[in-house]
Amino acid sequence: MSESRPFHLAVELGGAGRHPAAWRLPDADAAGLLTAAHWAELVRRSERAGAAFVVLADSVAPPSAAADTVQARLDATGVAALLGPLTSRIGIVPVVPVTYAEPFHVAKAVATVDLVSQGRAGWQVDVAAPAGTGAGDVQAAQFHGRSAVGSAAQWREAADVIEVVRRLWDSWEDDAIVLDAATDRYIDRDRVHDVAFTGTTFSVAGASITPRSPQGQPLVVVRGDVPYALGVAVAGADVIRIAARDVKEASALAARVRAAVAGSGRPARSVKVLLDVETLLGRDEAAARERLAELDRLAGRPYEPSGVHVVAGAERAADALADVVDLTGVDGLVLQPLAHAGDLAVLAEEVSPRLREQGRLADLPAKAGPEAPRTLRDAFGLDRPLSRYTLAR
Amino acid sequence: MPKQIHLAAHFPGVNHHTVWTDPSHRPETQTAFASFEHLARTAERGKLDFLFLAEGLRLREQRGQLVDHDVVGRPDTYTVLAALAGVTTHLGLAGTINATFNEPYELARQFATLDHLSAGRAAWNVVTSSDAFHGANFRRGGYLDHADRYERAREVVEAARALWDAWAPDAIAADAAAGVYARDRSIGLVRTGGRLVDIEARPTLPRSPQGHPVILQAGDSDAGRELAAQVADAVFSRHGSLEDGQAFYADVKGRLARYGRSPEDLKILPGASFVLGDTPAEAEERLREIQHQQVRPAVARAFVEQLWNRDLSEYDVDGPLPEIDPLVEAPSITQGRASFFKDPLAIAATWRALSEEKGLSIRELVIEVVGRQSFVGTPQHVADEIDRYVQSDASDGFILVPHLTPHGLDEFVDRVVPLLQERGSFRTEYTGTTLREHLGLPAADRFGSTLDDVDAPDEALTA
Repeated sequence: MSESRPFHLAVELGGAGRHPAAWRLPDADAAGLLTAAHWAELVRRSERAGAAFVVLADSVAPPSAAADTVQARLDATGVAALLGPLTSRIGIVPVVPVTYAEPFHVAKAVATVDLVSQGRAGWQVDVAAPAGTGAGDVQAAQFHGRSAVGSAAQWREAADVIEVVRRLWDSWEDDAIVLDAATDRYIDRDRVHDVAFTGTTFSVAGASITPRSPQGQPLVVVRGDVPYALGVAVAGADVIRIAARDVKEASALAARVRAAVAGSGRPARSVKVLLDVETLLGRDEAAARERLAELDRLAGRPYEPSGVHVVAGAERAADALADVVDLTGVDGLVLQPLAHAGDLAVLAEEVSPRLREQGRLADLPAKAGPEAPRTLRDAFGLDRPLSRYTLAR
Repeated sequence: MPKQIHLAAHFPGVNHHTVWTDPSHRPETQTAFASFEHLARTAERGKLDFLFLAEGLRLREQRGQLVDHDVVGRPDTYTVLAALAGVTTHLGLAGTINATFNEPYELARQFATLDHLSAGRAAWNVVTSSDAFHGANFRRGGYLDHADRYERAREVVEAARALWDAWAPDAIAADAAAGVYARDRSIGLVRTGGRLVDIEARPTLPRSPQGHPVILQAGDSDAGRELAAQVADAVFSRHGSLEDGQAFYADVKGRLARYGRSPEDLKILPGASFVLGDTPAEAEERLREIQHQQVRPAVARAFVEQLWNRDLSEYDVDGPLPEIDPLVEAPSITQGRASFFKDPLAIAATWRALSEEKGLSIRELVIEVVGRQSFVGTPQHVADEIDRYVQSDASDGFILVPHLTPHGLDEFVDRVVPLLQERGSFRTEYTGTTLREHLGLPAADRFGSTLDDVDAPDEALTA
C-alpha cells in the first residue's frame, strides 16, 4: 500500500451526532433539528471540509424511548432532496431501507435526488430489524399485512431490490428523448425498456417513469460488516462500508472485503472500501478533552467508543485519520461525529486544511466558472456507465 | 373586500396540453431542476398559493406500445417538492401521491418531513387506482377492488392524520439542562385497525408546522365528492364552465355540513388553461397556433383511437372521422390513463354530427373537442373572467396549467396577476407563512377521535 496517497472523507449525520447527549451542547441547535436551515448548515460545513459525501442516517425504527436522546427523525430522502440545490460539490447519500419499501419508488426517488443535485446522489441500502427480535415485529407492524423475516431473507431481497433499481435507472437510454416533431415522437420508444423483473418477493414490470439521471447510476453504498450483507455488497455496491473495533480488525476486514471483490470478478478499482471512524474534534487537545468531558457529564456516563475512533485536537486528529488509512489500507473514512456542530466546524476549518496541505485529502477542488459540475461518481474515479440496454444493442 | 381568489400553478405534464415542439423545449426540460425552480419562483413572485406536481406510476401505453407523441417521463413528486422547499419561502408545495401503491406510514412520514422542511407549506393530493397495469410495478400488484378505492383513500388519510397527531402538541421539550428531548408519554402509538389499513406505529416526527399538511382530492364521482367533503381541504376539480362550476361548487360545499364543516373549510379549485394576447384577435390567433401544436397529427389519431378503441393508423387525420363504429366490448387499448369515455357509441355519434355540421377533419374535430382553453383574451379580459367565476361561486380560484415548460406562467404573473391585485381580489403580499394560511383554512386541530386511539408510550414496543 502506498503510504501517502490521498484518501476520501465522508461524513455520516443522524440526530445531533453519535453521542446521545450531543443535542444538549450549546451549539447543537436542539430546537432546530427538524428545520431545513439546520441541515443545510451541517452539510455546507461538510462540503467545506471536502467530504465526498454525507450519509443521512435513517431506518424504519420507531423513536427511541430514551427521552435524553433525539427522538425525532426526518425522512432521509426528503432531506437529501432539500440539500441538492443548496450545495454544489458534496455527494448526498440517504439511507433508504428496502424491506418495506417499493423498489419502483426507491429507484425514482434516488434518481430524482440525482437530478436535483445535478449528479451527486447515492443510496445506502439497508434492511429492517429482522424477525425474532422485538424490534423486527414492531417495525413490521407499521406496514399493512407485513411480518418480519430473518436477516438472510431480508438481504436476499435487498440484492433483488438493488438489481431492479439499477435496471430501472438504465431503463431509459441516455438518448431516449428525441423531440422529433417531424414524426411526432417525443421519445424513441425503442430506447425505453420494460425491466420485466420477477423476484421471489416482488416483481416490477415496466420502465421507470424517470428518464436516466445525470450519473446514470447513482452511487450504491452497502455495509459489508453486517451478517448476510457482504455478498450483496460485493455483487452490487460501488462503496462498501465497514466498521471495526480497532485498526487491526479493520485491516483484516478490509482485506477480506477486497478478496471477496476480487473473487467476484469485479475490478478492484470499481469498489471503494470506507471505514467508519467516530470523531470528537477540538481546535486543540484541551478543547477536545473538554468537549468530551461535557458530553460525558451531560450523559451521566463515560463515552464508550463503538469502534475505531479519534478524539483529538485538530493537529493530532489529521495525523490520526491519515494513520488509520495507512494502517488499514481502506480507500477512505466515514466520519461519525460525536457532536455534529462542533466536530464539523473543526473538521472544515482545521483538520481538512491540514490534510489538504499534506496532500492526503482526495476532495474536489472548488470550481469557478460555468464548467459542468463534478458528479459523485467522478469523486471516486468511477466512470459514468452506459445503460445496460444501450450496451445490449 | 371582494372574495379572495386562490391561484396555483400546475407543472406542465404528461399529456397533450404540454407543447414540446416549441424551440425552447429541450430533452431535459421536463426533468431538470432548473425547470421546477423557475416555475416555483415565478409562482412565488406572483404570490400564488401553491405549485402542483402530478405523479407517474407507469408510462402510458396505447395498442401495446408506449405513448410517444406526448411528453413522457417525470421525476419523483415528493423528492422534487422537498428540493423546492429549499429554494422558495412562501409558496405551497403540493403533489399527487397515490394512496394505493404507497404505505400510509411512509406517506405520512414523507408529508410530515416536507411540512417540517418547508416550515408549513406541504399539500398532498390523494388519489387511488385499482388497475393491474399500474399494480404490476408494485409489490401488491393490482390488489385493490375498484369498489374499495374511496374506502382505501379514506382509511389512508385517516391513518396519516392519526400519525401526524401522535405526538402531543407540546411533546418536544428540547430541554438541554434537564436532558429531556420529548416529554414523558408524549409520543403516542397509533393503531388504525381498519379493513384496508391495519397498522400499529409510533411515528418518528412531532406535529409539523401545519399540524396536518393540506389534503387535496380530485375525484368527481358521487363517492369522490363525498370523500372531499369528509376529508379534503381543497378539491382539484375539472368543471370549467361557469354553470358547471357553480353546480359542482354548490353540491360539494352543500355536503360539508353533515361533517360539521363550514363552506370556507374546503376550497374548490378547477384546473384552468389560458391564452393571452394584446388584443382579442391576437389571443384567438395564438390560441389556434397553440391548438395545432398540442393536437399534432399523431395526437389527433391517438385520441380518436382511444374512443374507437381500435387501430386507425390507416385513416388520414386531415380526412373525415372513421365510418366504422367504436369497439365497445373489446378490452381497452389504452393503459395508464383514466378513460374519458362512458358511452363510446353515443360520443362517436355526437362527434360525427359535429364534424358534418362544421365540415371538420379528424384533427379539427379533436381540436374542437379537447383543444379548448379556459381563458382566452387580453390580460384584462382574463382577469375579469377569473374574478367573475370566483365572485359568482363557480370556484374559489384556479389551478393554472401552462402549456409551456417552464416559462408558461411568466406572462400570466407579469400581466394578469397585477390586474387581479388592482381589483382587490388577489393578495399583493403573502399575509401568512403556511399554505393553510394562504388558503384561508382553519388550523388543523388534533382530532379527538384519534386521541382515543393513541396510547401512551410502551417500553416493550420502543425497545
